[in-house]
Amino acid sequence: MGILVNRNSKVIVQGFTGKEATFHAEQCIEYGTNIVGGVTPGKGGQIHLDRPVFSTVKDAVEHTGADTSLILVPPSFAADAIMEAANGGIKVIVCISEGIPTQDVMYAKKFVAKKGAVLIGPNCPGIITAGEAKIGIMPGNIFKKGNVGVISKSGTLTYEAANQVVNAGLGITTAIGIGGDPIIGSTFIDLLKLFEEDPETHAVVMIGEIGGDLEIQAAHYIKNNMKKPVVAFIAGQTAPKGKRMGHAGAIIAGSKGTAQEKMSALEQAGVRVCKSPADVGQATKEVLS
Amino acid sequence: MNIHEYQAKQLFKKYGITIPQGKIAETPEQALEAAREIDSENWIIKAQVHAGGRGKGGGVKIASSIEEVKTIAENMLGMRLVTHQTGPNGKLVQKIYIEEVAPIKKEYYLGLVLDRTAEMPVMIASTEGGMEIEKVAAEFPDKIIKVRIDPMIGFRNFYSAELANGLGLDKVQSRDFAKFTRALYTLYKEKDAGLIEINPLVLKDDNTFIALDAKINFDDNALFRHEDILEMRDLSEEEPTELEASNFNLNYIKLDGNVGCMVNGAGLAMSTMDIIKIKGGEPANFLDVGGDASAETVAKGFEIILRDKNVKAIFVNIFGGIVRCDRIANGILEASKETNIAVPVIVRLDGTNAEIAADILQKAHIPNIITATSLADGAQKAVNAARGV
Repeated sequence: MGILVNRNSKVIVQGFTGKEATFHAEQCIEYGTNIVGGVTPGKGGQIHLDRPVFSTVKDAVEHTGADTSLILVPPSFAADAIMEAANGGIKVIVCISEGIPTQDVMYAKKFVAKKGAVLIGPNCPGIITAGEAKIGIMPGNIFKKGNVGVISKSGTLTYEAANQVVNAGLGITTAIGIGGDPIIGSTFIDLLKLFEEDPETHAVVMIGEIGGDLEIQAAHYIKNNMKKPVVAFIAGQTAPKGKRMGHAGAIIAGSKGTAQEKMSALEQAGVRVCKSPADVGQATKEVLS
Repeated sequence: MNIHEYQAKQLFKKYGITIPQGKIAETPEQALEAAREIDSENWIIKAQVHAGGRGKGGGVKIASSIEEVKTIAENMLGMRLVTHQTGPNGKLVQKIYIEEVAPIKKEYYLGLVLDRTAEMPVMIASTEGGMEIEKVAAEFPDKIIKVRIDPMIGFRNFYSAELANGLGLDKVQSRDFAKFTRALYTLYKEKDAGLIEINPLVLKDDNTFIALDAKINFDDNALFRHEDILEMRDLSEEEPTELEASNFNLNYIKLDGNVGCMVNGAGLAMSTMDIIKIKGGEPANFLDVGGDASAETVAKGFEIILRDKNVKAIFVNIFGGIVRCDRIANGILEASKETNIAVPVIVRLDGTNAEIAADILQKAHIPNIITATSLADGAQKAVNAARGV
């Protein structure tokens, strides 16, 4: 179970034959992900990692029945790859690429929605359903199976949070890195909804950060709709205003988008908010006991 | 990426936005020549630095004679301009912009920015021109008119009409105003701008508008397709250490504390700063070594952190995913050979190849390396070490 992806997901890799994509595709295959092929324009007909290569997503879907795509292409091609996936009939599109122009993502997101597909990312580590499918670049061994869902804007902080959850004697259903760009595909709310409906997930950890208001929107949603406990941490409590903190979207604009503002909104929504990033595991254990 | 006012105005002109006559100068002589070429009785002289609030800091002056232009230019060029956005050291004024003084009937504000909530651009107008728009929003929220522009239909006349109506413009004024709104959107879309501001947008006696100030910043991710914009980048406006770090794929931001941080991943790097504060310390910097950290980049990271003489301890916090911990450990060893690391280094390595890394560090026997077992443990040890306990 878990959400969005599982052992039955048929996954293609866009940018399949590239060096980085090859490395990560191998890791995904080793984890047990059902990678059915890949796409590299102009290389259709070749075999790579014992799997067929197609020149277009359309061909790949036709021949393999793929429903999920992992995008590992350079940023200047990534928005096009997202839209090609949606147009080709892919239902879950996971885009790892970092550095895509914001306006490109804006159009791509609208197109994906029109096609009824789900976009994860961009600029994210991907999605993993523990023990079933790893569609991303995260170290799979950290994510031991259990009943906690994880949604996070940051890569390594996702690993940190998942590791703490596991060390607290719990485990993960699905963990999703949603990305740190100003516009991202799936947001906290989209995924909280799915976790709320997933019978295997008993609690959700959400890791936010400064910039934008996705966490505030999530707080409203949680307050009115969530029955499962939510634990949250917001990174950037000590970040200076007006400085971009690594992620393109992590910037306090004027007085908007501060960690404090987000933490208090989440607290008011009944979320267990951790002030320290080291308390996430323990807090999750407590909300579940 | 930010550009100067005079560069933004050149772009405005290209897109059909009316601007005052103006010329750039780097010496008082050039300023004098510029003033002579501009057909006006008095001139406005504006310091070209990447910061708002220039007027209050003495970076905007009016001259009513040619001699005065020279005096003002002499004083302004080479001064360090301090505004609320520059920090206490201010910014060196290397260029000044000399303009005709335009007669003002009324001042407005017009801006375009990405609305992250709506995931589309929003055009903002206000009758309270000349004030910071954030201040207007806080003090007179009903004086702000916003229209969200659906990118799927592009900029339409009704968007401009709604703004003009909100500002109380008459028919003639609205027609000229529409040239500005349309140009702003076209510029935003064609050049991948992140924000465009005209503040103030001035209405003249003849009921036409003119852009008295100009501010544009661009989406860094899109610069690869805008060579003309990239050419406008002024490296002297950027923090030199941050710039140097970026050449090594390091994302470094200097802060005021004494605990240096070296972390992989932006979110974990921010969290590391946060936990240092929670443990009673103050972070000296934000440093993300990125997903492809090598021994070389780690060594460079140490060098940059240690340039800040406030740093009394360094916390290396790595959660290995793609980044393998053994590579980081080797980087620490290399750095300790090349650079004299005189402060305690607290090392927490977890995730991929953490055991191998621990082994490498242990065998090296470097006296000022202290290992930590978790995020909390590492932060506490780093804060203690910075205090000298």
